[in-house]
Amino acid sequence: MSVPILSFLIYFPLLGAVILLFANRRNAQFIKVFTLVISLIELAVSLPLFWKFDDAAKTMQFVEKADWFPEWGISYFLGIDGISLLLVLLTTFLTVICVLCSWKAIEDKVKEYYITFLFLETAMIGTLCALDLVLFYVFWELMLIPMYLLIGVWGGPRRIYAAIKFFLFTMAGSVLMLVAILTLYFFYYNSTGVYTFNVLELYKASVPIAKQYWLFGAFALSFAIKVPMFPVHTWLPDAHTEAPTAGSVILAGVLLKMGTYGFIRFAIPLFPAAAIDAIPLMSILAVIGIIYGAIVSMMQPDLKRLIAFSSVSHLGYVMLGIFAFNMQGVQGGIYQMLNHGISTGGLFLIVGMIYERRHTRMIADFGGLSKVMPIFATFFMIITLSSVALPGTNGFVGEFLILMGAFKNNVVYGTLATTGVILGAVYMLWMFQRVMFGVVTKEENRNLKDLDGREILILTCMVFFIILMGVYPKMFFKKMDTSVTEYLAFVKQKSAQARVLEGNTVPAKMAREVTNTNMTR
Amino acid sequence: MIPACEFRWIMPEIMLAGWGLLLLIVGGLTRGPVASKTCGVLSVVGSVCALYFTVNLWGANQEVFNQLYTIDNYGTFFKGLFIAILVLVSVVSLSYADREEIGSGEYYALLMFGVLGMMVMTSSHHFVTIFIGLEVMSLSIYVLCGLLRGNLSSVEAALKYFLLGAFATAFLLYGMAMIYGSTGLVDVAELKKFFLMKQPFSATMFIIGLGFLIVGFGFKIASVPFHMWTPDVYQGAPTSITAYMATGVKAAAFGALIRVFFTAFVPFQFGWSEIIWVLAVLTMCVGNITALVQRDIKRMLAYSSIAHAGYILVAFITGDRTLASSMLYYLMAYSFMNIGAFTVVIVLQKKGENSSDLDSYAGLGTRHPFVALCMSIFLLSLAGVPPLAGFMGKFYVFSTAVKAQYYWLAIIGFLNSVVAAYYYLRVMMYMYFRETIGEPGTADKAPGYGLVMLICIWALLHMGIFPKAFLLMAQKAVGIFS
Repeated sequence: MSVPILSFLIYFPLLGAVILLFANRRNAQFIKVFTLVISLIELAVSLPLFWKFDDAAKTMQFVEKADWFPEWGISYFLGIDGISLLLVLLTTFLTVICVLCSWKAIEDKVKEYYITFLFLETAMIGTLCALDLVLFYVFWELMLIPMYLLIGVWGGPRRIYAAIKFFLFTMAGSVLMLVAILTLYFFYYNSTGVYTFNVLELYKASVPIAKQYWLFGAFALSFAIKVPMFPVHTWLPDAHTEAPTAGSVILAGVLLKMGTYGFIRFAIPLFPAAAIDAIPLMSILAVIGIIYGAIVSMMQPDLKRLIAFSSVSHLGYVMLGIFAFNMQGVQGGIYQMLNHGISTGGLFLIVGMIYERRHTRMIADFGGLSKVMPIFATFFMIITLSSVALPGTNGFVGEFLILMGAFKNNVVYGTLATTGVILGAVYMLWMFQRVMFGVVTKEENRNLKDLDGREILILTCMVFFIILMGVYPKMFFKKMDTSVTEYLAFVKQKSAQARVLEGNTVPAKMAREVTNTNMTR
Repeated sequence: MIPACEFRWIMPEIMLAGWGLLLLIVGGLTRGPVASKTCGVLSVVGSVCALYFTVNLWGANQEVFNQLYTIDNYGTFFKGLFIAILVLVSVVSLSYADREEIGSGEYYALLMFGVLGMMVMTSSHHFVTIFIGLEVMSLSIYVLCGLLRGNLSSVEAALKYFLLGAFATAFLLYGMAMIYGSTGLVDVAELKKFFLMKQPFSATMFIIGLGFLIVGFGFKIASVPFHMWTPDVYQGAPTSITAYMATGVKAAAFGALIRVFFTAFVPFQFGWSEIIWVLAVLTMCVGNITALVQRDIKRMLAYSSIAHAGYILVAFITGDRTLASSMLYYLMAYSFMNIGAFTVVIVLQKKGENSSDLDSYAGLGTRHPFVALCMSIFLLSLAGVPPLAGFMGKFYVFSTAVKAQYYWLAIIGFLNSVVAAYYYLRVMMYMYFRETIGEPGTADKAPGYGLVMLICIWALLHMGIFPKAFLLMAQKAVGIFS
């Protein structure tokens, strides 16, 4: 019997939240320190996962399994592979950052704020570790409530509209997924006589291709809303703009990743044939997202809105990589998920910091800040360059791999996506120039204070990862190598199998790829 | 001659009837606030005793009084649910009825008689007994609705419910009579045998009769288009009675409906399931969409209860008798969340005030964090957010539909729950995101309310996280249909 480390990671923040319920609301300092300690312990417990994780193992690790409701085949089933491992670590890391960056920004209802945040952490880690569809769905829906409250209670002026839009969009997506989950579940029962929501078991189901289209469609819609892919992205700019800084960071850093993670863990391996048939559609939507997001970013007068739209563009890259269905693309996609969490999270932190000083986010209100705040300018520059994907930063590795994968898959998508790189450089650098360079035009900006110790600490952590992931990506890639190889082999073989079963011919290119790979999953 | 030993099978009913009469006497002998408190406490004690007798019946399977009355797990399940509702409503009434000065002996006695009627309704497969139960229940509630004598809307509610209820009863009775006329039978179990032997059976009179039955039951479960009375009556009635009606009456009507249709009319399922399909979709959509524009919480909850009837009908359509347990589970979950929500409404009302405008909930999260937290849990459960019982209920109900390959119905149902999420969230939004509007209202801090809210929250969490025991109970209850 091993230590239930995943359960600990899931419920420890919840325990912290429950203890906070009884804290004295006037003692804000205690509440902040307490939350920080909880999130640091959580981070400390999650770090050993990285070293203990067996790079070569082809199965799920740190598995915990218990019957929850056996008559219906619902189980409490947790486990992580190389893909979720990195996302779990990203979550625990960003939570600490978020607690730190809320230190001064949140003055209203401090106790409730930190309770909500810890509750959110529970839901996020649960979603990443769940290997039972019902358990996954429970955590997936659970993420909505704290995020809804974070935006609605501590957000900007149009927060109520944004919160409700966020909730309804994501919920509409997930209920369709629920129908699909149930359909798959009964399909599996009819073909095998076993009731189960265990994902690893359901991978084995051979769903007819016509049915796969529907089910994949329902799953994909739900995840695409969360990603968010064009054209279901409209909730994102509102949610991002209105959320408090930490909310934006966690939304960009982790919550959006749940959509792309959902594709890799559920939508694609459960319905591989449909997923492979959907490559053109998904790739085109991804490319539209990349270019559209970049163009719209360029026009934004509001810093936060600009970054929000740039997320649409960045997530388009991730989707393009995932749907390239080759090693480079998928690994690049996953790497870009992490990058986006760090870089865009960092950008939101930056915006939060100048917002705290100036109470405005309009680009036009700034200019020449680099002279007033030199330390701030340095950090801002590095993070901007990482977002632009300058070689040596993390963004470069991810984007390069994705474009490589995309070219290998289809030259057209690759070429179109590459234009996004240029556009990305344009809107980010232009924004940077308008905010930081030139002469100080506004009187209020002349006496802005540079970063304090806490802020430098936060940004140093982010920059550390930007550089580390940029110059030594192998450290992270070797964790996911086996999992991604397995995943790709499985998806290709299974979709080929489905086609053969229905008497369709397997495309020659795919047949070549399938040869020599064993179905081990 | 009926052997005396048969009476032991109906101890819960006897208990309630006798205790109700006792309450009438006690209520007559005492006056004022003393009467209210005494009767309230007596009522809680009496219902707990009845619960004890009911629990003892679990597992028994017995036909008594010349097959007019049945003791089986299905009936016992519902009896347990009704008494749970009765206990909760009585505890709430301890303070509420006292505050509104309606809590004399007859108030509690009528609550008991109402539950007695519900029990009779669900524990019989004889049309006449079902009808008697329905009338006992309805008559008690007609009176209970109008107890706020000084309040016009309460009087209106009572009159409206009485007139329309009488129509519905007539439809139901007509339906039963026509089925009797075409088959010569009034016993549901006998009818089943008859239809199985004489298939295909089609007599115009029978089909009309079946239609009338649907109308009659449709009124009691408040399904569209027989729902018109619901918002007015739910709003006008004293709030404790609204909670009682929204849960007890609905559960009883569903209990009888399921028993009648899943026993006698199973051979005609292809026919009525098409009709109910339309009713279910209409009920969900009309209920939810109309709830969107309500500004009064009581009215909103009334429309939401209409929508919930639609969700339950989704599982009903499939006609899958072994999966009918999903409806039972749903009714159980639904009862707890609705009683909880109405209790919060009561807590925030002032004496003599029978409405509850959305604005009065603004800023509640700051003013009364505990009440706001409770309300949030009830609303989230109503919206079907995991891990609360409402989610498990919806999951279970819609999985029944998916299993029977009613995919569209399941999708419509799920989309409806997104619409529903909007108006439930709106209340939460007022509680947490808005500043208090005007003069902040007070909260009635009687311990009874807190107790009921905590029981409901415990039940919702328990049913949501460890649904096993409850599902097994529901499955055993519907075992009689297989």
